[in-house]
Amino acid sequence: MNELKAYLKRPLSLLLRVAVTAAAILTVVVLIFLILYILINGIPYMKPSLFALEYNSENVSVVPSIISTLYLVGLSLLLAVPFGIGCAIYLTEYAKPTSRFVRVIRVTTETLSGIPSIIYGLFGMIFFVTALHFGYSILAGALTAAIMILPLIIRTTEEAIKSVPDLYREASYGLGAGKLRTIFRVVLPSAMPGILSGIILAIGRVIGETAALLYTAGTVAKIPDGLFSGGRTLALHMYVLSGEGLHMGEAFATGIILLALVVLVNFATGRIVKRFTAKGLQ
Amino acid sequence: MEKFEIRNLNLHYGAFHALKDVNMKIKERTITAFIGPSGCGKSTFLKTLNRMNDLIPECKIEGDILLDGQDIYRNFDVNDLRRDVGMVFQKPNPFPMSIYDNIAYGPRTHGIKNRSKLDEIVEQSLREAAIWDEVKDRLKKSALALSGGQQQRICIARALAVKPSVLLMDEPTSALDPISTTKVEDLVARLKEHYTIVIVTHNMQQAARVSDKTAFFLLGEVVEYGSTEEIFSMPKDKRTEDYITGRFG
Amino acid sequence: MKRKVLEKGMKVLFLLMATVSILSVLLICIFMLISGVPAIREIGLFDFLLGSKWSPSGNAYGIFPMIVGSVYVTGGAILVGVPVGLLTAIFLARFCPRKIYRPVKTFVDILAGIPSIVYGFFGMTLLVPLVRTYFGGNGNSILTASLLLGLMILPTIISITESSLRAVPESYYEGALALGATRERAVMTTVFPAAKSGIMAGIVLGIGRAIGETMAVIMVVGNQARLPSSILDGVRTLTTNIVLEMGYAEGLHREALIATGLVLFVFILLINLCFSLLNRRKEHE
Repeated sequence: MNELKAYLKRPLSLLLRVAVTAAAILTVVVLIFLILYILINGIPYMKPSLFALEYNSENVSVVPSIISTLYLVGLSLLLAVPFGIGCAIYLTEYAKPTSRFVRVIRVTTETLSGIPSIIYGLFGMIFFVTALHFGYSILAGALTAAIMILPLIIRTTEEAIKSVPDLYREASYGLGAGKLRTIFRVVLPSAMPGILSGIILAIGRVIGETAALLYTAGTVAKIPDGLFSGGRTLALHMYVLSGEGLHMGEAFATGIILLALVVLVNFATGRIVKRFTAKGLQ
Repeated sequence: MEKFEIRNLNLHYGAFHALKDVNMKIKERTITAFIGPSGCGKSTFLKTLNRMNDLIPECKIEGDILLDGQDIYRNFDVNDLRRDVGMVFQKPNPFPMSIYDNIAYGPRTHGIKNRSKLDEIVEQSLREAAIWDEVKDRLKKSALALSGGQQQRICIARALAVKPSVLLMDEPTSALDPISTTKVEDLVARLKEHYTIVIVTHNMQQAARVSDKTAFFLLGEVVEYGSTEEIFSMPKDKRTEDYITGRFG
Repeated sequence: MKRKVLEKGMKVLFLLMATVSILSVLLICIFMLISGVPAIREIGLFDFLLGSKWSPSGNAYGIFPMIVGSVYVTGGAILVGVPVGLLTAIFLARFCPRKIYRPVKTFVDILAGIPSIVYGFFGMTLLVPLVRTYFGGNGNSILTASLLLGLMILPTIISITESSLRAVPESYYEGALALGATRERAVMTTVFPAAKSGIMAGIVLGIGRAIGETMAVIMVVGNQARLPSSILDGVRTLTTNIVLEMGYAEGLHREALIATGLVLFVFILLINLCFSLLNRRKEHE
């Protein structure tokens, strides 16, 4: 009661309080609305035929796209994760933090993380598809996606490694372990939750990607039969369907699958962070 | 006249009983010192006097605190309360603005926009806080560029600028060097003329030097409260004596 | 001895892995330049950047309408997204009851993870008809794209602003409260200004997101390569220009599209530069 009286004496404060609350409500409501909208329009089309093994223009099955997505995610992780982790190890465990080399890497990873996916797509098309003659293929798509998620993996791994207490390293050295042994047996295992959540975020990024893959992986709607065969991921599938305008319901249904994956990714990172770190509740 | 009257005050942080049955009367225009080991509740008690504890979730307060006869937890607009009961913090906390804007922050908050009026308040507050001569030529410079001792006096001037009747000081010299400490202590002694001052301190000599009355806190209780002279020369309670003579704490 | 060789060898391996990001940036720069510059040279820098006619069949390659389109759409996204984003961040950092903090935060994270194609589809099937009904035009417009992009940059602005607000020392806030300021006033006059560079960095990052967004925009913006005369007009942005025509372009047309990407790339580099300068300033504060 007193609080309300105090607010009425100070209308600007009241106004701000109302505005911030309204903005937060708006954000949440729009999101809920978006999800419900996709769900309501898509659920009627989540029919068995959508999950037929063979794609044809009748059933517009998502199965080939799901498989292409899996290939693409797997391959891009295979390429980006070792390099990303290796880079992070070098930056944190070997290089002097003030050296010019570290500064250059910092600038380049910052640059990479700011580049929009369409530029990656263009580069992938010029370099992997045309110059290296990979054609529209899973390989070209995965290489492009790998460069795209590299900065994310480097950054999260670096942060995770930095948060490993020096005490652990000292204890390991104290027992006569070398640097490599310390890194692989002590540092990396302790940093694993952070690294994993970075990888999961990267998976989310690749799953949702379209612009970078359109002109690298291509949009062929069949199950890819090798690295050099093209394939369309789920997000691309949704794009193609919406462009054709003939299968909007199926496009909504594909949207549901994508949303479910996003929520899953979010849930998984949340769980990992919560489970492994005391700082989980910030 | 009594400025504050505290009756049967109990304070809980969740399950922790931080203040137990505190009763106290604080006279107008006196300096009261709160002493006691860390975690004894003296700072917590200080913060209940201008309701800064409201910020802490799960903080539950029972009992009465009367300011000039009005219950501050029931019949009071908390912003008006804090305007009347100013506070100086342990670590100097000037805002990242110019010296002038720091001092003018409070008056502006309370609706004073007239430039010449603000100029007047700023000068007067800085003079009252005995720092006018040191900063009068750089009022537009950032307050963060000043030394720690100067910053603390700026914070005192900032608190005075809203014309409070009470000044709460939470270990105001603990982050300062000895010379700055002396300056702040002299200032506090002079401010007594116009303000009621409550000061929390770790430093027993400081309590003895500046205060009229002293309260000794231990584990959330007021063990002893009386004139500073008595407490330091002939404490009634064995625990007070042990603390003052440095046997624990 | 063997161990020593292994230690040394692995160090070199890590070093080589670390150079991959440098190599990638170099490759991207070089290939964008060598594939884009010849077209610009042939068309003429001036005619390319400031020419207002884009007609590959008529051999006219002016991307000025697309530059204007990108600027309008990005500006609109900022007008929509920044106020809502900042206010939501203030709510989260200062006024959110503890019980609902986690859920709201999760919502914002999910918002950040939704693929652009889903946003685009939402915009195409819902926002476009809504704008057509309530504002007129055919619905594919600057306004629609701005609303959609404003929504898409929300999570970026919210999370960066929130963390900048949280990084401000609590003592400023307490100091203001102790002078009798309301919580709202304390936040707006002490905490918010102190977080200024971080908040600016968030906005700049949002601009980068908006200007680089492609797939969501393509579905709602109309894609006409012309200078708009109202916010209900459709436009084409730099990003959508590439996607729309790359599928069938050949020769100079194809190179001109790559050059469009090069112009976008330069914009992005400038924005990134602003972002890192702001971040550096934040660290110094």
